[in-house]
Amino acid sequence: MSDVRTEAPPEQGWAERYAVPAREAYRRTLVDLARSDPRIFCVDSDMGGLETLFGEEFPAQYVNVGIAEANLLGVCAGLAHSGLRPYANTIASFAAARACEQLKVDVAGNNLPVRVVVTHAGLSAGHYGPTHHALEDIAIVRTLPHMTVVVPCDAAETEAVVRATTDLPGPLYVRLGRGATPLVNEGPYDFRLGEARLLREGENVTLVATGPYPVVMALEAAELLARQGYSARVLNMHTIKPLDTVALGRAARETGGIVTVEDHVRVGGLGAAVCETVAEDHPCPVRRIGVPDGYLDHVADERQLLEYAGVHPQSIAAAALSIARGRE
Amino acid sequence: MTASTETAQPSFAEQALRIREHILKMGASPHGAHIGGSLSCADVLLHLYTRVLDGRPQEPDWPNRDRFVLSKGHAAPALYAVLAETGYLPVEELETYTQPGSRLAGHPLSRVPGVEFPTGSLGHGLSLGTGVALAMRRLGRPARAFVLLGDGELQEGSVWEAAMAAAHYRLDNLVAIVDRNGLQITGSTEDCVALEPLADRWRSFGWSAVEIDGHDESVLEKTFAALPARTGKPTVIIARTVKGRGVALFEGKKKSHSVQLSPRLYQRAKKDLRSGRTT
Repeated sequence: MSDVRTEAPPEQGWAERYAVPAREAYRRTLVDLARSDPRIFCVDSDMGGLETLFGEEFPAQYVNVGIAEANLLGVCAGLAHSGLRPYANTIASFAAARACEQLKVDVAGNNLPVRVVVTHAGLSAGHYGPTHHALEDIAIVRTLPHMTVVVPCDAAETEAVVRATTDLPGPLYVRLGRGATPLVNEGPYDFRLGEARLLREGENVTLVATGPYPVVMALEAAELLARQGYSARVLNMHTIKPLDTVALGRAARETGGIVTVEDHVRVGGLGAAVCETVAEDHPCPVRRIGVPDGYLDHVADERQLLEYAGVHPQSIAAAALSIARGRE
Repeated sequence: MTASTETAQPSFAEQALRIREHILKMGASPHGAHIGGSLSCADVLLHLYTRVLDGRPQEPDWPNRDRFVLSKGHAAPALYAVLAETGYLPVEELETYTQPGSRLAGHPLSRVPGVEFPTGSLGHGLSLGTGVALAMRRLGRPARAFVLLGDGELQEGSVWEAAMAAAHYRLDNLVAIVDRNGLQITGSTEDCVALEPLADRWRSFGWSAVEIDGHDESVLEKTFAALPARTGKPTVIIARTVKGRGVALFEGKKKSHSVQLSPRLYQRAKKDLRSGRTT
């Protein structure tokens, strides 16, 4: 895989190159980075794939600690404390929920440069069922000290995030899905940690989304709104922490209302983070689109599950209209 | 011992007595302290810091230092006392133990010189030590990782996750020490959730296990001088100790786990200590 060249025009075959799951883009990027950065250390928890892709090329920079996530994060803290740059590989729920205390005490508490790169976030595990879903991980990890939290919206952004954060001095949580998702970005771009990406300009309301399908659905909702004569700004809020409060302030001021969209429960995640800053500094109406409280044991694929839970372009558009019309 | 001169180093026994006096003093502070488990591991800690660990008190971050992790973080008083007696901390600072504004919390913070990782939640230290040992191997440094665990702590499953991984990766630069004082809060470890046969359990996980008297200076000397016990294997030293060691009032008593010593009890404990009586 070639580099993401910043501020270059879209390349030939761009879409084909990224017609892969975000986690695949991450893995290839990590291998590429390790070719020039001997600090990189890949710590696997028997995820499958890394042992050949990374382990065979860099056997001295790879360990598989087995199916043991608490130990995974403790080992990574020890490696980072000794000057290496460990990448912990596991499933979102297993890092944020099962090994939460190691994440809190050993990784975040020590402000160590551990990169916790998780897959199967949100409802991306689809038919695997609720044990493999992670609908509360953002709420958990964003409360941890020093933790940077990033949710890339597609494979291209994933590569950009991984490249942009190699020298981040503290801990990082990168939240990825499982399967391939639509490509949102049309070409390489200069990813800026903590700066929301404007995907569509608008003035009647702002849709703030994080994660692959939420961003796609927000763009679809903006189309629905346009047909009804309303223009919606769409922000890809890829960084949950630190949150881009400047972009949110501008959205509140210039568009008068915000709808948040996430593949996460409605409490504690993006919607909550947006409400915290809006309520304190930029009061305006906010509606939160996310998964309602309840154990989601419906069997379906990712997008279907989101729609079943009430996260779809129509619900986003309806929430936006309720804000925009409320002002009229 | 030969007759001491003004320049002679204090003997191990003299140093150990001072460590225990510090621990009792912390026990007499307003919040009290985890006295029993501090007294039990005091000799091991003192031996580690004076004879085993390659470190520089004036340069605690020296890259080639051996790393020590107090996985049983509640034994902080013993660690603070040893750090003070070996030049990492001013001895006077021990007076601030758990007082508002102090660096010396009830469980160790990493901003205390000589403390690598903050600990206190049990079951974390062996994973940290495993990560350090892997890193030292990767970086080609001779440094080793030493992790002191409580015996009750071994009931935490994460310890055994780390034990499996460390053996799998043949980390012979990793040494675990179990402070086998036999007691946890509710009583005997064997009555709570039994640990024995403990050495066999470690061996079955791929470790080289050594069982020793954790209070005997010459045994400690011989054991730590012979590390790793087996090339290609991590070593566990099961240090058989006595909870509350050195203070007859507390020896082998579960009530010594966490105590706030009244002035009267403090005087009695100090007297016990100086009398040198052990059970």
